[in-house]
Amino acid sequence: MPRSRKATSSQRNTGAVALLIGTRKGTFILRGDRTRRTWKLSAPMFLGHIVHHVVLDPRDRRTILMAARTGHLGPTVFRSTDFGKSWKEAKTPPAFPKAPEGQNGRVVDHVFWLTPGHPGEPGLWYAGTSPQGLFRSNDGGVTWKPFSYINDDPQYREWMGSAQDGTPDGPKLHSILIDPRDPKHLYFAMSGGGVHESTDGGRTFAPMINGLETVEGFDAATVTFHDPHCVRLCPTNPDRLYQQNHCGIYRIDRPSNEWMRIGSNMPKKIGDIGFPMVLHPRDANTVWVFPMDGSTVWPRVSPGGKPAAYVTHNGGKTWTRQDKGFPRANAWWTVKRQAMTADAHEAVGLYLGTTSGEVWASRTGGASWTCLVRHLPEIYSLEAAEL
Amino acid sequence: MIVHIPGALRSYTKEKSELAADGQSLADVLSTLDRHYPGIRFRIITEQDRIRPHIRIFVNDKQIGDLSVALQPDDRIHIICALSGG
Repeated sequence: MPRSRKATSSQRNTGAVALLIGTRKGTFILRGDRTRRTWKLSAPMFLGHIVHHVVLDPRDRRTILMAARTGHLGPTVFRSTDFGKSWKEAKTPPAFPKAPEGQNGRVVDHVFWLTPGHPGEPGLWYAGTSPQGLFRSNDGGVTWKPFSYINDDPQYREWMGSAQDGTPDGPKLHSILIDPRDPKHLYFAMSGGGVHESTDGGRTFAPMINGLETVEGFDAATVTFHDPHCVRLCPTNPDRLYQQNHCGIYRIDRPSNEWMRIGSNMPKKIGDIGFPMVLHPRDANTVWVFPMDGSTVWPRVSPGGKPAAYVTHNGGKTWTRQDKGFPRANAWWTVKRQAMTADAHEAVGLYLGTTSGEVWASRTGGASWTCLVRHLPEIYSLEAAEL
Repeated sequence: MIVHIPGALRSYTKEKSELAADGQSLADVLSTLDRHYPGIRFRIITEQDRIRPHIRIFVNDKQIGDLSVALQPDDRIHIICALSGG
């Protein structure tokens, strides 16, 4: 699939940044000033709701969509057009079609992932759900419909596997990516179920799992067994994607179809297991990960209780530990796949939310870290909104 | 008939805890509620027309699992949020 390498360059931001924080008990907005030194936390919004993702529409910088449910109540999407001052619920949230009488239809347990559409398609959004489903809205999140054929396709349903093949919180469709050069060029990932690509606007999708490893004893040729945790596409080089997988850190440079394990270059005692994958807004060779303990029974905490980000500036050939400012010991938290992000300032700001309810930030590309907020509920997602 | 609304759903009903509704069946009543309070039905009933796992619906004192159950005009319906802690 030959494409021009040139993409719309990601512009430097010099304005204020706000962090949209989705937690197990509601949503918060942490507003920073232009210097990113002073931050003010909002009151909780939708207190008690389980919020998996809160995302600003970069096309208007006012509309925010929030994926939420409660312990009792079913999943929905809330929408604000005034940056969180007021909210309305979607008229028709993502839902699978009603099954014919006598058949077991699927039920959306929660909306897990939200992606704004291509800049040239205002109002278009994509959503990924648990269990795995792909949905689209053409009206800014007011109404949602199943998108593409994959939700009901027998082959895709086989690749999605059963609940046993998914994460402890249910199998998920996530990492919905849009090529900035072509709105018909799409990717998504499933935990479990691999990475998939469409070049025809979702009319067809195909797996993209070559080179990815699976858990020992499982056949890597079987799509079901692949568990990509987070896939990101380089904004300034959309032919390059990075992936934090259940089985390592990978990179792919299209048109190659072969993922290359770049996590093998991480320190052996740390390993290359984790959830988030964060890309530099302008340098396709610079990415950050936040490793977690994936040994034995998978504790999913910072290795040794010593949190650290790792950065590469050469596409994964070498990695550097970044732990200045983090606790030196006894910090048994980690960072979920949607809870680490970057802004677009000249000195890139990095932000992460922890499973223990803390927000940490670095104004120096990860060289040093400061805790901005403590005592929030468990953080599920954190997105940097450029104001 | 009267429908008792749990606290978790009163953001839909303008904080009303009891509503009057008509219908031949539980499905009818829930559809009527959703017309007046859009979105409320999907929070408690799945897209497969099943009551969600942590919701219970009682008609008078009897727990109901099937939306097609016939109702009488003087029935009292309780929607209950049940056992979903953590």
